[in-house]
This record gives sequence, structure tokens and C-alpha cells, in this order.
Amino acid sequence: MAEPGSRGEIRAFWRTFSRNQLAVGGGAVVLILVTLAVLAPVLAPWDPNRPDTKKILMPPSGSHWLGTDPLGRDVLSRVLYGSRVSLAVGFVSVGIAALIGVLLGAAAGYHGGVVDNLVMRLVDLMLVFPRFFLLLAVLAFLRPSIWTIMTVIGLTGWMGVARLVRAEFLTLREREFVIWSESVGAGALRVIFRHILPNAVAPILVAMTLGIPAAILTEAGLSFLGLGVQPPYATWGNILNDGRDYIEIAWWMTLYPGLAILITVLSYNLVGEGIRDALDPRLRQSRGRAVRVGR
Amino acid sequence: MALFALRRLLLSIPLLIGITFVSYVVISLAPGGPLDFLTPEDPNASPEVKERLIKEFGLDRPVHVQYWEWLKRAVRLDFGRSFLPDGRPVLVKIGERLPVTLFLNLIEMAIIVGFAVPIGVLSATRQYSLYDKITTIFVFVGFATPDFWLALLLMILFGVQLGWLPISGLRSLNWEYLSFWHQQWDFLSHLILPIVVATFGGLAGFSRYMRQSMLEVVRQDYVQTARAKGLSERTVISKHALRNALLPVVTILALALPGLIGGSVIIESIFAIPGMGQLMVQSVFSRDYPVVMGNLVIVATLTLVANLVADITYGLVDPRIRFGGRRAR
Repeated sequence: MAEPGSRGEIRAFWRTFSRNQLAVGGGAVVLILVTLAVLAPVLAPWDPNRPDTKKILMPPSGSHWLGTDPLGRDVLSRVLYGSRVSLAVGFVSVGIAALIGVLLGAAAGYHGGVVDNLVMRLVDLMLVFPRFFLLLAVLAFLRPSIWTIMTVIGLTGWMGVARLVRAEFLTLREREFVIWSESVGAGALRVIFRHILPNAVAPILVAMTLGIPAAILTEAGLSFLGLGVQPPYATWGNILNDGRDYIEIAWWMTLYPGLAILITVLSYNLVGEGIRDALDPRLRQSRGRAVRVGR
Repeated sequence: MALFALRRLLLSIPLLIGITFVSYVVISLAPGGPLDFLTPEDPNASPEVKERLIKEFGLDRPVHVQYWEWLKRAVRLDFGRSFLPDGRPVLVKIGERLPVTLFLNLIEMAIIVGFAVPIGVLSATRQYSLYDKITTIFVFVGFATPDFWLALLLMILFGVQLGWLPISGLRSLNWEYLSFWHQQWDFLSHLILPIVVATFGGLAGFSRYMRQSMLEVVRQDYVQTARAKGLSERTVISKHALRNALLPVVTILALALPGLIGGSVIIESIFAIPGMGQLMVQSVFSRDYPVVMGNLVIVATLTLVANLVADITYGLVDPRIRFGGRRAR
């Protein structure tokens, strides 16, 4: 097996990935979306939070491409700014979930026995709770802010990664190179982080790529219910919530933010599946199954 | 078999205790306890309510005593009374809502399995055909479509523009004055949109899974043997392959259940359906903590029971599980 991250391996990965047109297309869209989010302050034609009583609920037009909302704010500008929240929530919460998942999964898979049992029962326990009920219960007791949302989504979405990392560790820790480094006196932490973890990076990355869209969908759902990121911050979920009372007269407030979510989630999923397929021989070799964080 | 079922049953007891523990941790999350949230502006924060709260949760006592007291009552399904002015027992409130949510989820599951199995099998047997490509697109779009957005779009199209279907509640206002058959149609027509929305995402995921499972089975030796014996392709697929491909499906169904029930939070609030999900959202907004807690415990316990049933069914249909004692996931 080639050294993980070696040049030959990356080239082989890229050769397979770049042949997958859907994945490359998804990747291009993801890059565009990230650029749009970063440049939102420059690109947004209007101030996303400035109400204008003279322009309430205007249909899409030359000056307001996606129309205006009940307070006269520009929907396009709000959707652009909303993408910043979605991306931030996606990346940060998946980062938190992956960190917890890797630590617990590594501990379980490396030490086995009681530790393994404890961690896996905790995973079982967390999986028994329907995620939205758990999220709602937690949010009922906390003041909702973007940081709370990221943390809670992360804290309820680590189980898939933990299982995956544990499975990788169980197989890898019996391999010669691990046994060898233990026999020459390497400590547990060194073995875990220097020798085993690098070999488990690929499936973790796939799970994280697929976890980002799941987290974005969850945040949008919470904000739509009014329990996510609070106004005046624009998020795709709360623009949809604002438009909910006006669906009979202002379809543009429902159609466009939802379309933004759909396109974003779709492209991340295509990239994630593309990466997984490109890594597939190795995934199959280590008998790991790709999972998505938080699903 | 009885031994296997018993072992699984015993294994779920620690989980049950865990459920109550997690729920209790959640309520202790609020900085300064749940009382801290009842600010003076809060209409629920009368001195009597606070008094009752302190007593109900034993907030003047150490945490482990509090948990123990709460657990003792929770075991008897006594989750206290709602904070709302009606002050009804939590269990009664949940009892009214539970059948609606269960009913909807069972129908959704039946529809998902009914459609996903043929879709997945056809995709797998015609891998890379036009049909397979179209269903793959459907799967990806289905995964990426937010259910609340789909609900809103369908409400705009069928409820507002075309006026074909009602968009909220389970019955029309004039329900009592309708004839028997009109009442049935009225009820059914209220169910159509919520069920379509709720099954959409699950259908996508499940047919994908079915396709995968089928593709794996078709490559097995015994399927090759069946073909080599000269059996028709139809018999090979429906008798030898499908049965084995369906095995893991039982487990996946149970694993999908929390997702479905969780989805009812959004579906029920959009379509104003009086189920557990709507109750949860309402209680969260009115900071009706006893109801929130009771809801969480009940929903998790339901999922646990469903998992147990799935495990035992799996053990029934596949002896390997029973004797190996390991779950294939």
C-alpha cells in the first residue's frame, strides 16, 4: 500500500475523480458558491438588512432581481449573505463533529475492551434520539445564536465518524507496522496520531464532505422553524420563514432561497460521492463504509 | 430464538436509562437551571409556577437527588404537569398527539418500502441504463431537497394556485356536516401533501440503498449458480437475489425511523397537524419544559422499541444473526 498522501496516490485519486463529470461539475459549483459567500459584501446590490417601506413585497425586477420581502429588503442580497451563515455552520459544525468522532472512535478502536464498550453504547444511545427532537430540546434551554447552532449540530452529529474511525482502528491496529512501532516502545498517542490516523484520513474526509450539506439542511430547518440563527441575520432558513405567511402573493421569497439550498446541498453531495468513488478501492480494502456526518 | 430476543431486550435496559439521563442533562443545560429562563416578562413566571417548579424538579436539592427523584416518577410515566395555564398532565397531552404521528409515520414507511423496493431492484438489474440514470438523478435531488421547501412549493401549487388540496390540519371546518364518504375523502385529501413531502426524501435514500444491496447480492456465487442451472432471469432475481437483498433492509428501516419521526417536527408544523412534532415545537416556544422533556423521553423510547423489533425480526429471518450475535450494519 502506498504511503497515504504520497504523490502517486494523489495522482491516482485525481485521475479517477476528474473523469467523474458530475463530481467535477459539483466541485466547480462549490467553488463558485464559496466565492459568492466570501465576496457577498462586494456583490450584494443592496444592504441586506435595510428595510424600505416604499418597496414592500415587490416581484423580481431589474433593480431587485429576486424581489423584496415584507420589510422591503432585497431578497438577492439576503440570499447572498445567507450563504455565509450556511457555509460557516456547515464547516464549523462538521469540524466539531469530526473532532469528537475521531477522538472517541480512536479511543474505542485502539483500546478496545471497556473503553470500546462505553463509547459504542454512547453512540447507540445518541442514535436513539430523533435528531430534530434532541436539537429542539437543547435549543429550548439555550439562547439561540450562530455559535449555539454550530455547537449543537456538531454535538449531535459525531456518531457516524466515531463508528467509522473505530472500525478503521480495529483493522489497522493489528497490522504489522503498528505492532512493530509498539514493540519498539512508541506510546499510545504516538501510535494513534502518527501511525494509525493518517491511514484512516480518506474515509473521514469523505464523511466530512457529505456531512457539510447535512449540517446546512439541518440549520436551514431550524432557522425555518424560528429556532436557528435569529433575525436580523439573514439565513436561507429564516428568509423562507419570513416568506411563509406570504406564499399566496410572494412566491419569490419561497422559490429562490430554497433553490439556493438545493443547489448547495446537491453540489456538496456530488463532490462527496465523487471523492468516495475515487477512493473506493482503498475504502473497500480496509472494509470501511462511507457514512455522512450527522445522518 | 427466545434467548436471543431476551438478550436483546436486556441490552436495551441500559439504553433506556441512558435516554432518561441524556434528557435530564439537557434540562440541566440551562445556565442557572430552567428557572433562570422564566424572566419577569414571561407570563408563565408567576410565583406559584416557580414554587411548583422548584418542587417538581427538586431544584433546591443536589443534582443526583434531583435526577433520582425525576427518574422515579418518569419510570411510572409521570412527567409532571404542563406549565401552560391548562396545567394538564404531560402524559395526557402526549397521549393525544402520539397516535397521529404514529399513524402518519407508519403510512409513510409502508409507502417508502412499497415504492423503493421495485425502484431499487429495477435500477440494479438495469445498471447504467437510462432508467437507472433517471432514478439516480431523482435520488440526488431527493437528498438535496429541504422537506419544508418542498412542502411550501406544493402548498403554493396545489393549495393556492390550483386549489385542489387543503393545506392545513386534518379536517375541514365543515367536517361535521359532510356525509360519511365525503368525510373520508376530506381526511384523505388532508393527508396527501404531508405524506408526499415526508416520503420524498426517504424514498430517495431507500431506493438507493435497495439498489446497492441488490447489486451486491447479484454478484454472489449462489446467484451465478442459479443462473447456471438454467433458471429464468425472472426467477433468479425474484427468488434468489431479492430475498437476500431484502435482509439488511429490515435494519435500515429501523435505523431510518428516528429520521422519519424527526421529520414530523417540520412536516407537522407546516401543515398544522396535531401530532408530537407540532407539540414539541409549541412547547419549545412556550418554554413548557415538562412537555419538552416528556416528549424527548417518549420519542426516544419509541425508537428504541422499533430497533428492538427490527433486531428480533432480523434474527427471525436470518439465523446467522441469531447465532453469531452480531448485527450486520
